[in-house]
Amino acid sequence: MVALNQLIGVCLVYVSGLFLVAFLAERAALRGRGGWLLRSPLVYTLSLSIYCTAWTFYGAVGYAARSGMEFVTIYLGPSLVMIGWWWILRRLVRIGRSHRVTSVADLISARYGKSNVLAIMITVMAVVGVTPYIALQLQSVTLSLTIFASSDPATQGGTINTAQAAFWVAGGLALFSVLFGTRNLNAKERHHGVVIAVAVEAVVKLVALLAVGTFVVWGIGGGVTDTLARIDASSIGGWQAKDGRWSALIFLSAAAFLCLPRMFQVMVVENDDERHIQIASWAFPLYLMLMSLFVVPIAVTGLALMPADANPDLYVLSIPLTQGQNGLAMLAFLGGFSSATSMVIVATLALSTMMSNHIVMPIWLMLRGGGAQRSGDVRAVIIRARRLSILLIISLGYFYYRASGGSGALSEIGLISFGGVAQFLPALLGGIFWRGATRVGALWGLAIGFALWSFTMLLPSFGVDAALSQDVFDRGLLGFGILRPQALFGIEGMDATVHAVWWSLSLNTLAFVGISFFTFPHPLERLQGAQFVNVFDHSSGPAHGWTAATSGADDLMIMSQRILGAAEARAFFDRHARWQGRIGSLPSPTPGFVQALEREIAASVGAATANAMIGQIIGGQAVSVEDLLAVADESAQILEYSSQLEAKSRELTETAEELGHANQKLTQLSLQKDSFLSQISHELRTPMTSIRSFSQILRDTDGLTPQEKTRYASIIHTETIRLTRLLDDLLDLSVLENGQVSLNARVVSLHAVIDQAVTTSLAGSARAIAVHRDPAAEDVDLFTDGDRLAQVFINLVTNAIKYCDSAQPQLRISVTQTGSELRITFADNGSGIPADAQALVFEKFARLGNGGGDGAGLGLAICREIMTRLGGDIRYVTDADGTTFEVRLAATLVVDRGRSLLPA
Amino acid sequence: MTKHVVLVEDETNIAEAIRFLLGREGWRVEMLANGSNAAEVIRAAMPDLVMLDVMLPGKTGFEILAELRGDPACSDIPVLMLTARGQARDRDQAMQAGVNRFMAKPFANDELLATVRELTAGRVS
Repeated sequence: MVALNQLIGVCLVYVSGLFLVAFLAERAALRGRGGWLLRSPLVYTLSLSIYCTAWTFYGAVGYAARSGMEFVTIYLGPSLVMIGWWWILRRLVRIGRSHRVTSVADLISARYGKSNVLAIMITVMAVVGVTPYIALQLQSVTLSLTIFASSDPATQGGTINTAQAAFWVAGGLALFSVLFGTRNLNAKERHHGVVIAVAVEAVVKLVALLAVGTFVVWGIGGGVTDTLARIDASSIGGWQAKDGRWSALIFLSAAAFLCLPRMFQVMVVENDDERHIQIASWAFPLYLMLMSLFVVPIAVTGLALMPADANPDLYVLSIPLTQGQNGLAMLAFLGGFSSATSMVIVATLALSTMMSNHIVMPIWLMLRGGGAQRSGDVRAVIIRARRLSILLIISLGYFYYRASGGSGALSEIGLISFGGVAQFLPALLGGIFWRGATRVGALWGLAIGFALWSFTMLLPSFGVDAALSQDVFDRGLLGFGILRPQALFGIEGMDATVHAVWWSLSLNTLAFVGISFFTFPHPLERLQGAQFVNVFDHSSGPAHGWTAATSGADDLMIMSQRILGAAEARAFFDRHARWQGRIGSLPSPTPGFVQALEREIAASVGAATANAMIGQIIGGQAVSVEDLLAVADESAQILEYSSQLEAKSRELTETAEELGHANQKLTQLSLQKDSFLSQISHELRTPMTSIRSFSQILRDTDGLTPQEKTRYASIIHTETIRLTRLLDDLLDLSVLENGQVSLNARVVSLHAVIDQAVTTSLAGSARAIAVHRDPAAEDVDLFTDGDRLAQVFINLVTNAIKYCDSAQPQLRISVTQTGSELRITFADNGSGIPADAQALVFEKFARLGNGGGDGAGLGLAICREIMTRLGGDIRYVTDADGTTFEVRLAATLVVDRGRSLLPA
Repeated sequence: MTKHVVLVEDETNIAEAIRFLLGREGWRVEMLANGSNAAEVIRAAMPDLVMLDVMLPGKTGFEILAELRGDPACSDIPVLMLTARGQARDRDQAMQAGVNRFMAKPFANDELLATVRELTAGRVS
């Protein structure tokens, strides 16, 4: 017989040993030693064994004794996940590591835009969902204690108060969990000590179960063959799988394996190396197989050996006890104790992290307002929040245990928890595989799934008339027949568990998918979704959600010290300062740095809280992608607008310039007009003066001689002609300048045109000039207006006659033809035009030379206009001896004698 | 005593008309068609009156006037300026330059004679 006190003493020693292991591991991890052990895939695999709780340790045998082989489903689900779905795990681990995820709630909330609502919801669901599970551990430890107590003579009558015992067990577990999970102030996500302790416990419970199994098979059963024969003979051997329940339970345990907060903790959060998953993918199923190896033999033996009223859930313990194997019983007790404690420690660790990060911290931050960086040590707040959370969770477990009467079979209670946490599955898988999944969809899916689970599984578990009245079971909620907890929507005859799992998960998924389709993801959600789904494409660094911080790095430093601890914060900032090339000073709060810091902090307080804390410091809210897009959009608009303005301004400048030019031109034109009018006035007044004077003389003077009369009359006549010619020239020039002139182009002989010009000029002149020509060269036919060309020539010859100051005036008219032009040169042997007047010769009213002429100075201006119209030009040759003008015509105007331009 | 006028005018027909008009009044008209040596000729002749055109080859009427006014010997010889550029601006410019009279072309013969008489009245010849 084992004394209860002795048992408790062994437990204390065992727990102390675990503490020592955890302490050593923690210290080794801090010093960077023992990496081979801490980071070994074996430890990772063993830590996964927290899946096997006291429920599995004790309950599996009871399960087998009651339902035959069905207990295998609980092992098959996780094995299938590890073997077949390890790539889902790998994805979860990669996301968890790259986003510094602290819990399943953190991951889901981060995925859906760092949604705090979602995080709170999942936290609450997880706490509610896991509460029966905690109660399960309490129950199993309490039960195991009662077994010992009943065989302990010290406890008069062999019974103890189970409620009292459960209370003390709960208290012990709480203390144990607080000490383990929140022992040091390092609030970061990794707990090397806990993991090592869990691994040790995994070994203990495996060894214990294998020892009991070995004793049962070989110590009692007489070997493998006999045992197998006994199994065949028992009711377990004749057990038939119920299809629906079988696959539903496999699915449920697989889902729970992925979604359970404690599993997520060891699988994802505590994972050191993705490659460990590959080892665990076969090693963990192997562990499960070993754990389940002796379940059936123990159950069969128990059924055969033990009295009918003995609890099958305790066969593992009661068989050695009844056989007087106290040592083995003690080992078995320690195995069960290990199962319970490891589960409670990790579960409360995970849940308290969720509660402190997603419920306490946001509230605390909200209450503190913007003072996060100046208030007390944030880490102390976190640790305190976690400790209180652990107490709360274990209290809830205790009250559940008390409320449910502590009488239900262990396996049924375990399945209730599985059903609860399995509700996370759609949002979790949808979040990491489907970019279209939205926050609203996830919220609705979770809410509906959770509500259905509560109604069909959790509440009925308290028993009839406890949470739900008999009336509700019989007639449905509020009298609606379709709302009966175990026959939802009128579907009856289904197994209660299958019914609940089916309805809650299918409607959960339906709502999640359906609403996701009809809602639009928030930009940050979209961003996070893309990163989660494509985590293997770009796990290097997610896009920033921060703009460059406006506040200094020192505020961030103060906040970080309070969360990460002084040394670690300093190291982090120094590292980044070095990367930024700012050794010895604080790093500048670039978006990249703030992002890295946010992740570092997220590892302690979760994504949503870290986001909010950083947001408070670096100026209000975290910049959402929406804001960024809006800003980008705005800048694009401003850019567009400013470039439009720029273009406008350029246009205006150009217009102003053009206006300036135009104004200048107008001013010039106005001056030219004034000057023109003044000159015209002068040119008109001069002949009129003579005309007026002489006409007056002729009229008023008596006694003029006939010669005088004739002379004066002829002067009047000459001046009248001069006037007429002036007017003619003005009109001619005006017509030419306005382009209104109509040319009468036809084929003319150049020779004939020059002939005409020379003859006309000489005929109207009193002076003589010797004209030298080159008839051979002149023998060219042109297609042009012969009269206009002659007008130009006449002007030039007339000028030569008028102005050539040589004693023997000569004019040489020469014609040269090049490839592109025909050149007719008029060169006299006079002294030429003074250099300062040369530039002006083609200007209107430019008076050349000594003023002896009777022209108004329009002749050469007219010539220039005519030549322009004829497709050529006229210029003064500056480097010639005498006055030399050159008339040029395009060669295209020269008519090839061989063919006529005109129709025959 | 015959009154003497120097007429600087490049338009020969106009010069002839003036010479005819003044000649009948008993003036001796000395005609110059070029402005370049006009000032020297005037200084040498010391006429009773100078008649100046403005637009002249050689020198403009204003240049000749400036020379005359700058020479104390002949600064008080009355000058009548005749020009075809009869705008107000030209008249102002001429008055400022120190002409005694300014007449726009074309002129009326008796008006010209009246002006000449007026300018030379009181001058002992």
